Amino acid sequence: MSVLLDPTSERSPTTTPRLPRPDRLDGLTIGLLDIAKARGDVFLDRLDERLQERGLAVKRYKKPTNTRPAPLPLQQQIATEVNLVVEGLSD
Amino acid sequence: MSALPDDGLIAIVKRDCPTCVLTAPVLGELARRAGITVFTQDDPSFPDTVPAPVADLDLGVSHGLKIEVVPTLIRLEGGREIARTYGWDRGEWQRVTGVTELGEGLPESRPGCGAKNVEPGIIERLRIRFNETGLRSRRIEIGSDEDEQEAMFARGWSDGLPLVASTEERVLRMLDGTSRDPQEVIGLVPPALASATVEKIAINAVMAGCKPEYLPVVLAAVEAVLDEGFAMHGVLATTMFVGPVVIVNGPVRREIGMNARGNALGQGNRANAAIGRALQLVIRNIGEGRPQEVDRATLGNPGKLSYCFAEDEEGSCWEPLSVERGLKPGASAVTLFAGFGLQGVVDQKSRDPESLCRSMAESLKAIHNVKLAPSCDALLVICPEHERTFRQAGWSKARVYEELYRLCEIPGEELVAGAKGIAEGGPASLAGKTVNKFRPGGLMIVRAGGGAGMFSGIIGGWSAGGPRGSIPITKEVTR
Repeated sequence: MSVLLDPTSERSPTTTPRLPRPDRLDGLTIGLLDIAKARGDVFLDRLDERLQERGLAVKRYKKPTNTRPAPLPLQQQIATEVNLVVEGLSD
Repeated sequence: MSALPDDGLIAIVKRDCPTCVLTAPVLGELARRAGITVFTQDDPSFPDTVPAPVADLDLGVSHGLKIEVVPTLIRLEGGREIARTYGWDRGEWQRVTGVTELGEGLPESRPGCGAKNVEPGIIERLRIRFNETGLRSRRIEIGSDEDEQEAMFARGWSDGLPLVASTEERVLRMLDGTSRDPQEVIGLVPPALASATVEKIAINAVMAGCKPEYLPVVLAAVEAVLDEGFAMHGVLATTMFVGPVVIVNGPVRREIGMNARGNALGQGNRANAAIGRALQLVIRNIGEGRPQEVDRATLGNPGKLSYCFAEDEEGSCWEPLSVERGLKPGASAVTLFAGFGLQGVVDQKSRDPESLCRSMAESLKAIHNVKLAPSCDALLVICPEHERTFRQAGWSKARVYEELYRLCEIPGEELVAGAKGIAEGGPASLAGKTVNKFRPGGLMIVRAGGGAGMFSGIIGGWSAGGPRGSIPITKEVTR
């Protein structure tokens, strides 16, 4: 572990805050990411149906394997195509 | 410190010191005749003349005793120090120990060596370990599996390039570059108007890649941009191209190895690059001035990473910019100018000053737009081969200014909106008047650059030049 001295005015927290959750889903494109674990697709299929019933735009993505982080091109594709992502962790 | 006896003699030594080696038999003699605890800074088996030397390899005891030289000999009484000497001096050792006829066969005296605990790199770690740094900035722990560079990028501290990690050791060493109190506030950095303490500036200087000896120049540059006249908030917030340009004068240029010659405005010199970068990081990190936030620049310019160079005073027949601006010759100084990228003045044929001035004036009149006057201040960087033409004709800098101002007078008709088929321009009322491209004092001249090439440069300023916008500011560099 190393310790760094903060170069800033220290008006913000040291950890990066998560992006705020949207208040509403209307008008947003929702990504569903299957991390390639067993039966994750069952959960995401159902979610897909429910979201589409509400008239929301859904895009589906799948990682090649659950054992590694998503490949960079997939991360970049998701970041440019959707407003929020739901992952199915399954098991 | 618990290893220290309450009473008796102690000595601090290291094998790597010839004077300690010389006095090893004396320490043995003292061990037999009076009793002594010997602390060794490097080799736990040294000196083998005493029964059990005490290892002080982490230097905690030495630091606690503020040892600067080895050997140091101390007498304690009731837990208090009552006598101390260092190096080898027979009379002094006899005084401290109360033992006579010490060190037979040794010379009367020998100077000691620097103690290990005060070596650069070690003293900083000891001050951190014993919580003596006085540094007040927030400590941010980076996990051992985390990449330091990525952690700094993720926190938004970077200008886009990798940073030097702002460890406490590095910041302490950086602060050795100035005699100023780390908690002294140099000013409030816009747009957040947060306090720029010497400590915070030193942290950003570390990250920018500065050496400690650059810090006084960085501090002077920060002081200059925070001068009300410089209007740093506006310089940052404008959609125009400008950022702070740092011109360094005086002996500090050579002391820290700045480049005033070939490629002076380009890459490749650590001091030039790091000082300008440190200033920009101060604005980013302390002031929270970031692109596409309060920094509204449409294009910006590459100099907003770093824009700093030295004037070639030695090569110039003219007085340095800092002297022209009122500082004493021989004083080190920075002059800050709100400027943007470089516009070249290519003239390879003029051999008399009149022709060269006309060339330069035509180029100067093109800054921002040929249809705009007065438009902004400008910094003219005259290269050695152009300066030679003025030198050989015996022209002073004042004469060059006078000639350039005269040649930058523009008939108002040419500036009216629509004239020359260009919609840009001023009101019809300009017709019949003469307008100068520059306000009085709006032009500054420095000499820099390599010996070959008839290529001077113009650094244009902000459209709101002068008192309505940013005024160039000169500050003395002090340690």
